[in-house]
Amino acid sequence: MKSVDLDKQSVRELNELLHRADEDREETKWSIINPGGKHNIACGLNRRLNVEIKGHVGYYCAGMNKLANVTVDGNVGVGVAENMMSGTVSVRGNAGQSAGATGHGGLLFIAGNAAARCGISMKGVNIVVDGSVGHMAAFMGQAGRLVICENAGDALGDSLYEARIYVKGDVASLGADCVQKEMREEHVEELEQLLDTAGINKTASEFKRFGSARKLYKFKVGNGMAY
Amino acid sequence: MCGIVGLYLKNPQLEKNLGELFAPMLIEMTDRGPDSAGFAIYRNEVAEGLIKLTLQHSNTNYDWNGLLVSLGDQLGAKTALSRNATSAVLQLEGNERDARAIVQKHFPEVRIMSIGRSIEILKEKGLPTAVSERFNLPNMQGSHIIGHTRMATESAVTTEGSHPFSTGMDLCLVHNGSLSNHNRMRAWLQRRGIQFETDNDTEVAAGYLSWRLQEGATLHEALEAAVVDLDGFYTFAIGTLNGFAVLRDPIACKQATIVETDDYVAMATEFRSLAGLPDIQNAAIWEPEPGQVYSWGRAVA
Repeated sequence: MKSVDLDKQSVRELNELLHRADEDREETKWSIINPGGKHNIACGLNRRLNVEIKGHVGYYCAGMNKLANVTVDGNVGVGVAENMMSGTVSVRGNAGQSAGATGHGGLLFIAGNAAARCGISMKGVNIVVDGSVGHMAAFMGQAGRLVICENAGDALGDSLYEARIYVKGDVASLGADCVQKEMREEHVEELEQLLDTAGINKTASEFKRFGSARKLYKFKVGNGMAY
Repeated sequence: MCGIVGLYLKNPQLEKNLGELFAPMLIEMTDRGPDSAGFAIYRNEVAEGLIKLTLQHSNTNYDWNGLLVSLGDQLGAKTALSRNATSAVLQLEGNERDARAIVQKHFPEVRIMSIGRSIEILKEKGLPTAVSERFNLPNMQGSHIIGHTRMATESAVTTEGSHPFSTGMDLCLVHNGSLSNHNRMRAWLQRRGIQFETDNDTEVAAGYLSWRLQEGATLHEALEAAVVDLDGFYTFAIGTLNGFAVLRDPIACKQATIVETDDYVAMATEFRSLAGLPDIQNAAIWEPEPGQVYSWGRAVA
């Protein structure tokens, strides 16, 4: 196991080490201590590493993640795992706003709550939040799944494209063009798999499904003269 | 941009360490606001009937004693003075309105930073670390404190345009963001007797709260009304004689983090300002909800 102390080394040095790490030479386990709320920790990883950060981090932690598994044993600030491509990012505490923004793939798991705009413009990432999410979650979500094990704030799924949303608790309000949909067999199966992967022991059939009514983003021929 | 920070002590035993805990919080926000910095510290509360004036003049050799004697003569009151770099804190008998009027009339070259029974606002152009050193912040004691590091957007880089702003007894406000209806709101408040020293948007928010409080609202009620009446994007941290509050606009673009333990509650634009506080690993840490008023203290409920 490699250990990096961010009281002694800069975030830039850490990220360079992680970018250069040779995944075939036992350099796969990394422990980061004293993160001190710093920004951009473990960003742009592109190999099969297991990185554990012990403490609270700042903005954009594990951004653009590809292949790596990053765990934060603490809270994260704005934009954790933004634009992640694959791999897993796990947060044991709460997340700030825009968690998983624009993510293309992989799994983002948040054990606590996520603040506003969780999964904004998600493009294929799976996001599982064991707590609640703030307002405007999955805003303009294009693809992927957002699972919320407690409650959702205002304007859930506003201007949604084809991302799917599952909520176990209450929804404060739905955003424009977001509607509740039937929870069919294939959705229960999909959700069971997501909960299982995230290690959450909850019954999939107790969740509600939300998706796009497809009235906002589909061009209607009848509106042609309006342009 | 801009960075805001606040620290409210629940455990009085920490009061001797207030400045020491707070100075690194302010300095950590230098990247967000390198052009000026300031803080409002609540300490050494004077007895009822007395007021504290924090005044500033750019000349460090300004004749504060002359001003003090003149002010005492006109108010017919006992006075006391302590100096801190470019600022002076005067203690006197009397009321806020008379004291403000006399200073404005006879000493127009002097800037009034704050008036209250506990508050002292100290602010300057320059890096936060320089401002902290200049006013000897790390050695200050007190019950609560809020601060600001500024990257100016809405008005000039001057000491007057630096935060915090105070427009009423012991009330002060720091702001990250900008208000879009401040011109109209300033004119509206001026018609209701609120005075402004600058063109700054944040001063308007402080003035708005002062007006609401004068009208009999609690701080909590005043802030709930502010969500309706102030247009723009903002995170505010507010201090009063005995209270501390945080408010984000209903869209909540401007990031903020609150931490709370049995000993203190603190807020900052970024968590890294709070990372060095005692027992932070076990603190409750969360991002404040949009449009929701968070307040602490006995006089704000």
